[in-house]
Amino acid sequence: MAKILMKGNEAIAEAAIKAGCRAYFCYPITPQTEVAEYLAKRMPEVDGVFLQGESEIGVGNMLFGAAATGQRAFSTSSSPGISLMQESISYMAGAQLPVVLVNIMRGGPGLGGILPAQSDYFQSVKGGGHGDYKLLVLAPSTIQESVDLMMLAFHLADKYRNPVLIIGDGMIGQMMEPVEFPENYKEPPLPDKPWALTGASGRKPQIVKSLFLDPLMLEKNSQILNEKYEQMKKDEIRFELYKVNPKNEILITSYGTMARICQTAIDDLEERGISVGLFRPVTLFPFPEQQLFKEATRKNIRAVLTIEMSMAQMHEDVQRVIMGKTPTEFFGRTGGVVPSPEEVIDQIVGLLDKYSGKKNTKRSSSKSKKA
Amino acid sequence: MVDNSKTIFARPESMTENVTHYCPGCTHGIIHRLVAEALDDLGVRERTVGVAPVGCSVLAYNYFNCDFLEAPHGRAPALATGFKRLRPDMIVFTYQGDGDLASIGGNEILHTANRGEKITTIFVNNAIYGMTGGQMAPTTLPGQVTTTCPSGRNLTDTGYPLRVSELLSTLATPAYIERVSVHTPMHIIRAKKAIRRAFEYQIEGRCFSLVEVLSTCPTNWGMTPSESTKWLNDNMVPFFPLRLFKEPETTA
Ligand SMILES: Cc1ncc(C[n+]2csc(CCOP(=O)(O)OP(=O)(O)O)c2C)c(N)n1
Ligand code: SF4
Repeated sequence: MAKILMKGNEAIAEAAIKAGCRAYFCYPITPQTEVAEYLAKRMPEVDGVFLQGESEIGVGNMLFGAAATGQRAFSTSSSPGISLMQESISYMAGAQLPVVLVNIMRGGPGLGGILPAQSDYFQSVKGGGHGDYKLLVLAPSTIQESVDLMMLAFHLADKYRNPVLIIGDGMIGQMMEPVEFPENYKEPPLPDKPWALTGASGRKPQIVKSLFLDPLMLEKNSQILNEKYEQMKKDEIRFELYKVNPKNEILITSYGTMARICQTAIDDLEERGISVGLFRPVTLFPFPEQQLFKEATRKNIRAVLTIEMSMAQMHEDVQRVIMGKTPTEFFGRTGGVVPSPEEVIDQIVGLLDKYSGKKNTKRSSSKSKKA
Repeated sequence: MVDNSKTIFARPESMTENVTHYCPGCTHGIIHRLVAEALDDLGVRERTVGVAPVGCSVLAYNYFNCDFLEAPHGRAPALATGFKRLRPDMIVFTYQGDGDLASIGGNEILHTANRGEKITTIFVNNAIYGMTGGQMAPTTLPGQVTTTCPSGRNLTDTGYPLRVSELLSTLATPAYIERVSVHTPMHIIRAKKAIRRAFEYQIEGRCFSLVEVLSTCPTNWGMTPSESTKWLNDNMVPFFPLRLFKEPETTA
């Protein structure tokens, strides 16, 4: 298939169709409403279900009912809307239902703003709703990757019977880039869905629920969920390295479109003779712990710099993983402010000054002075 | 010997053999049976999905012999919507208490009815929160004592009881809405007809259908079962009149 120029939100919508999803529920919220507008036209063309619900509480629970049929279903929203969906997300995780959710994040807390942010990291990877559960969380950095991860998300949801969440900042939703949809898309084999509610015809009634009044049964359910998360940690870790090499002095860790801005900064610095690498987690849960530890603790790395459009959320995971073996630093802007490559460069230069001589790497910089 | 015995009463196929956990004298059990009989009569058990609420009937799925979904508090109509949209060939019903439907789930039922989802809602109004131990519901009667209105429901502070059937029947969208009760055998027979009719409308793919059933809660009303049926008759029926509110035929 030839490349076509598409807006992120529309590409996400089309990717769901290409992944065989025929049910979408929504409630308008900036900056992701184009997904709904696109699917309002597109779903009827493929005999799919498009429904605008009364609220994100309603939408999340419609998704819950839809997923219980065993068919693919998804919804998209932005931060305040995703907060309202937390009830249903917790229930769907508890009832082991495969659904796909997309959060095109905007600045918070509260009504916040409508510009790009990454301040829902904690909500996405640490639970969000009540109870012991995890979502499989994917973070694309380009429109093409949004398409690829969107299609993968439906597969992973079915594979693990677990909600999968894609988080992109507002830029992912609004940007236009050339994308290519796979031709003759084929997925690896998936397990059957004997749990789906199809009517008790020729079999015993089936129940989809998250209620287990017997504490031992509830504990068992949590253990089953936990086994899935452990399996995800083994099999589903995804990340990307950019210009990581033994000459790196600083390792940046950043995800989503923020990571692309970091790439621009890294290219610039390279021209000035400063070598910086980038570690970009693609799965935020499972977090690429061992992989990051390995790259962050190499002898040549003086410091690890986390850069986010938030007030240091993923940074807590970075610190947890590195365990003080290498100094960790943070830089972020929030509220819809997107750091520029120049700001990133300034941060790196500042760090090189701060950490000059801390490790045995020779470096000549006219600016270097002891901090 | 010739066997002259004739079955005059049996468990509907749509009910399981499980003994319900409902309190003695609670009419949830009767309402379950009426729903099960309707599913049997209409021959739809094998393609039916029930949606259980949060409330005393949260375990309804243990008593119905059909597929079931367990919803978050108040959200059963949203789950039913999602399910039915994907499986219009199946029969979907929600079974909800008055706290579940009229309070926390007010928005879900309103919009589900207004969209005219082809589902059936069995709305059990017992004027109190049963499961959590007898707190005020939106349907608690004026002056009625509950644990959160110990001096009786004060209308100045809490407004009047919500009349859900009346409220929903103001919607322009065609629907079948009827209020019935189960406090006497005669009322039970009428309730059965209404519940059956509600499912028929769904099977015919015609409209949203809701049957409000006045029900007792002897435990939290602090009464014996027979005092409860009398209290229901004397207090609830005057405030919540038993009648047919709306049919698709009569909708403009
Ligand atoms: C989100 C949420 N809030 C509160 C509760 C606690 N809760 C459980 S049942 C119930 C009220 C049930 O009353 P009703 O719907 O009238 O049904 P009944 O028990 O009387 O049949 C409440 C408030 C809950 N489970 N979930
Ligand atoms: S508490 Fe009330 S509503 Fe609940 S089972 Fe007992 S009598 Fe019925």
